[in-house]
Amino acid sequence: MSLLLDLFTIVAVSGGLFFFLAGTVGLLRFPDTLTRLHALTKADNLGLGLIVLGLLPQCPDIVSALKLVAIWALVQLGGATASQLIAEFARRGGGER
Amino acid sequence: MSLAVDLVMVLLILTAAVWTILARDRRDAVIAFIVLGLLLSLVWMRLLAVDVALTEAAVGGGATGLVLLRACARLLPVEADGALPGLRLQVAVGVLCAVVGACLAAVILSPPEPAPSLAPAVAAHMEDVGLKNPVTVVLLAYRALDTLLEKVVLVLGLIGVWALAPDLFWGGRPASLRAAVPSGTLTFLARVLPPIGVLIGIYLVWNGADHPGGTFQGGTVLAAMWLLVMMADLGDPPETRALRLRRLVAVGPALFIAVGLAGFGMADGFLSYPPGYAKPIIVAVEVALALSIAVILGLMVAGPAAKEPDQ
Repeated sequence: MSLLLDLFTIVAVSGGLFFFLAGTVGLLRFPDTLTRLHALTKADNLGLGLIVLGLLPQCPDIVSALKLVAIWALVQLGGATASQLIAEFARRGGGER
Repeated sequence: MSLAVDLVMVLLILTAAVWTILARDRRDAVIAFIVLGLLLSLVWMRLLAVDVALTEAAVGGGATGLVLLRACARLLPVEADGALPGLRLQVAVGVLCAVVGACLAAVILSPPEPAPSLAPAVAAHMEDVGLKNPVTVVLLAYRALDTLLEKVVLVLGLIGVWALAPDLFWGGRPASLRAAVPSGTLTFLARVLPPIGVLIGIYLVWNGADHPGGTFQGGTVLAAMWLLVMMADLGDPPETRALRLRRLVAVGPALFIAVGLAGFGMADGFLSYPPGYAKPIIVAVEVALALSIAVILGLMVAGPAAKEPDQ
């Protein structure tokens, strides 16, 4: 059982890392602000989400697991708001250099 | 494996530091400085200094970065400023910085063997204080004078910021923090996040007695929530002459000094706690300090008064 859980952790965290890598490549390679933001949010949502999901079976107790989920939810909220603000600013034509 | 992680970390930090210095635009330099602060907090985590990591992320990356960004917004762009320092001055500054850096590196790289440490002495007397977080024990019991002076410096810093206001505006409101174009998204965040943020701030202060966390980290989170509300235009910065506000600024250091003076009568001297009552006193001082820090940081970001006081 613990082998299965460890395997689950490895697969999920690796998946999360893949999304972070893809998000970073997108951030560096995509042509404009909105597509770059799109890449970034993938890393935030799916990347961190999968890493948290993968770490859940390794938590010693339910409270630490809940803390991890809370961190993920807060990063979601912060990341989504920041992306919206940057996108609004970009659509008004700010920040073009 | 862990050596590789450390090396990557060092490279990233050096890059961020060089970027901070070389950036032509002030705002770019400040953003690089914020990145540097966040990377440094990761290094403190690697060194298992969780308290320092939290403070570095909250104050070094967050609060200081915000203050610097606000300062940038008030200054002219570098080009419009005209007088760039001459080559001779640039070289002199570079050489002086390099000498200071080299001296610091020499001191850090050549510690006496074995390195002097008071850690065992702190660990031996933890029970006398009644707290489980050694960092808080050092900050509020053994080196309480340093902590007290640090908070007094914060108050002096705020007075310095306020002193920048023209006579006409003295005691008035600081300039509004809201964005030029209101954003529904920001308003939404400013309505949803503060209850959670305030809870986390209180948790950090309360937790600081026995686990990593403390007044500065918790106070900074509280200040961030207040600033978020002001930025989303859900509340204006308060008048700097308001008596209640000034009381909040002073309550932390004032209580700390009062406790210190009480130490003459009830214990061994200034800032010593009566045996058995150390923990409740420290927690009370921490709560008052966190309130003061939150208000002071918020007011520092808001800046000097920019409007005439209401009649």
